Amino acid sequence: MSARLGRAALWTAGVLVAAWLVAPTLVVIPLGFTDKVSLTFPPTGWSTRWYANFFGDPAWTAALANSLLVGVLVAVVATAIGTAAAFGLTRWTNGRGSAAASVLLLAPMIVPGIILAIGIYAVFLKLGLAGTLVGFVAAHTVLAMPFVVVSVTASLRTFDVRLETAAASLGAGRWATFRQVTLPLIMPGVVSGALFAFVTSFDEVVVSLFIQSPTLVTLPVQMYSSVTRETDPTLAAAATMILVLTTVLVGGGLTLAARRNRAR
Amino acid sequence: MPVDPPEGAALPAGKGARIDLSGMTKRYGGAVAVDDVTLTVEPGEFMTFLGPSGSGKTTTLNMIAGFTDITSGTLRIDDRPVGAVPAHKRDIGVVFQHYALFPHMTVAQNVAFPLRQRRVPRAERDRLVAAALETVQLPGHASRYPRELSGGQQQRVALARAIVFSPRVLLMDEPLGALDRKLREFLQLEIKRIHREVGSTFVFVTHDQEEALVLSDRIAVFNNARIEQVGTARDLYERPATLFVARFLGESTVLRGTATPDGSRSRLDLDGFAVRASGGVRSGPAALVVRPERLRLEADESDAGGGGNAIPVTVVEEIYLGAARKLEVLLPGGARGLVREQAGTSSDLRVGDRARLCWHPDDCVLLPDDPTTERILT
Repeated sequence: MSARLGRAALWTAGVLVAAWLVAPTLVVIPLGFTDKVSLTFPPTGWSTRWYANFFGDPAWTAALANSLLVGVLVAVVATAIGTAAAFGLTRWTNGRGSAAASVLLLAPMIVPGIILAIGIYAVFLKLGLAGTLVGFVAAHTVLAMPFVVVSVTASLRTFDVRLETAAASLGAGRWATFRQVTLPLIMPGVVSGALFAFVTSFDEVVVSLFIQSPTLVTLPVQMYSSVTRETDPTLAAAATMILVLTTVLVGGGLTLAARRNRAR
Repeated sequence: MPVDPPEGAALPAGKGARIDLSGMTKRYGGAVAVDDVTLTVEPGEFMTFLGPSGSGKTTTLNMIAGFTDITSGTLRIDDRPVGAVPAHKRDIGVVFQHYALFPHMTVAQNVAFPLRQRRVPRAERDRLVAAALETVQLPGHASRYPRELSGGQQQRVALARAIVFSPRVLLMDEPLGALDRKLREFLQLEIKRIHREVGSTFVFVTHDQEEALVLSDRIAVFNNARIEQVGTARDLYERPATLFVARFLGESTVLRGTATPDGSRSRLDLDGFAVRASGGVRSGPAALVVRPERLRLEADESDAGGGGNAIPVTVVEEIYLGAARKLEVLLPGGARGLVREQAGTSSDLRVGDRARLCWHPDDCVLLPDDPTTERILT
């Protein structure tokens, strides 16, 4: 009897915590489908006009296109650099040097975003990178790379290094070994690192606010300016689309990695 | 469906290369893993490195393969110094204890891997892969993945992958160590056959003395980072050069005492009695080694005759082995002896009986005593 009561209490607590974590996120979905001109919850009527508005307004579509472009470029650059860094960290035989380098590489995850933003802004102004595509990609890469390093390092930890010795004995040089043996086997880690890198860039707002320019605005920046100027439900429509996209990407990446790992 | 390889698909029989190790040494910080090893492996020879773990045999193999840098000394393959050549340019096949098959490639892709690195054209590649799988008797598994195969099959694939590019040297690092006894014995014969067929120089590392005896043309016995003795199985068994070799390879009775030269023979004084051995020896502490099948037990008090050794003993243990039996006997002074009697010619002595332990001075070896072997072997 008391065991059943205990279990019921546990379930209740679990559901409450889950709701507390997820509910604020889910609220934006009905907000975007409202028929009113303002953000009201709960909505009193339904319509898809705010989605139509989103795709009809060049400010929103340009912001979306910019975010996608920056996100893809960041995913590519951060994955290349982050994979190389993870490789170096796991093969570095000097434990102390490797630990120090790893702290340095992961620092952008820990350092408050606002501090990074001010630093990046100051340097970018000097270099003329503020508001440019290169600037956005460089800044977001700093923030995204730690995710790649973490995920690829985890893959390399379970990788059997002796396979590389075997490949060498069979006539494969270092690069051939990496391409034909190591990379295919750590691919789940690389792919999930790339997805995290894309998502990190796609929803980055603090640094982007600092380095934005009228000609280059990303989606989160556009949303932020929208919420400060007018409380237009288009904002909620945009938020819903970001939510769906990031959830699908991250969830997909994680299940892919899990399945590939199990298969081996 | 097993596909017959095309006509004449046999692997080209590469001629074996000669390997010269000269003063090869490997140091890790202060520790010496391999100490001044000098050895020549003849072309086409089957050489086994035998020794306990940590004796330096695998490190020596890794230096030949190019996986480990040589601290000092030279390594030559067919008179060409290769110490500075990276592993992937040495053209040496290696088979590992842990198989090291690429899990994301099929059997055929695994075996084709060395050929792809050498840019062998597609058709030729397919032909050689089929021939290699035929050689290891594993046709019909080409499209399987390694995880779908048993341990023995995986090791066959690893073997096919190591011979498919006809390397002139094949190194094997305890390749059968992870397999059960029956399969191991079967694969030993297979490896022997493959050695005959491909004609390369084989260097095989093991700590299993029986495996070494079955496979090898010659055996190098490693101990404590050095080679104790190199020779045929017969040399090592019948004429061990050191007490370590005598005790590591096969069973024996070891009697320790003080040696003195005595004409063409030597005399060994033990606790209260003396025995003789053929050949000379330096005066001082020595150990006499006799193999169990060279020892005879006489129940009666009659003389052994011909100046043979005869010591009164008591039988303390009997081990029945079917085709033979082993008797453990207690010598005066507390030493123990081991006698092997073939079924049919065996005495009818039982545990507790008194007898005389006899052997001919030609049938034993007198070696300088080496107390360090106790530490390693017991």
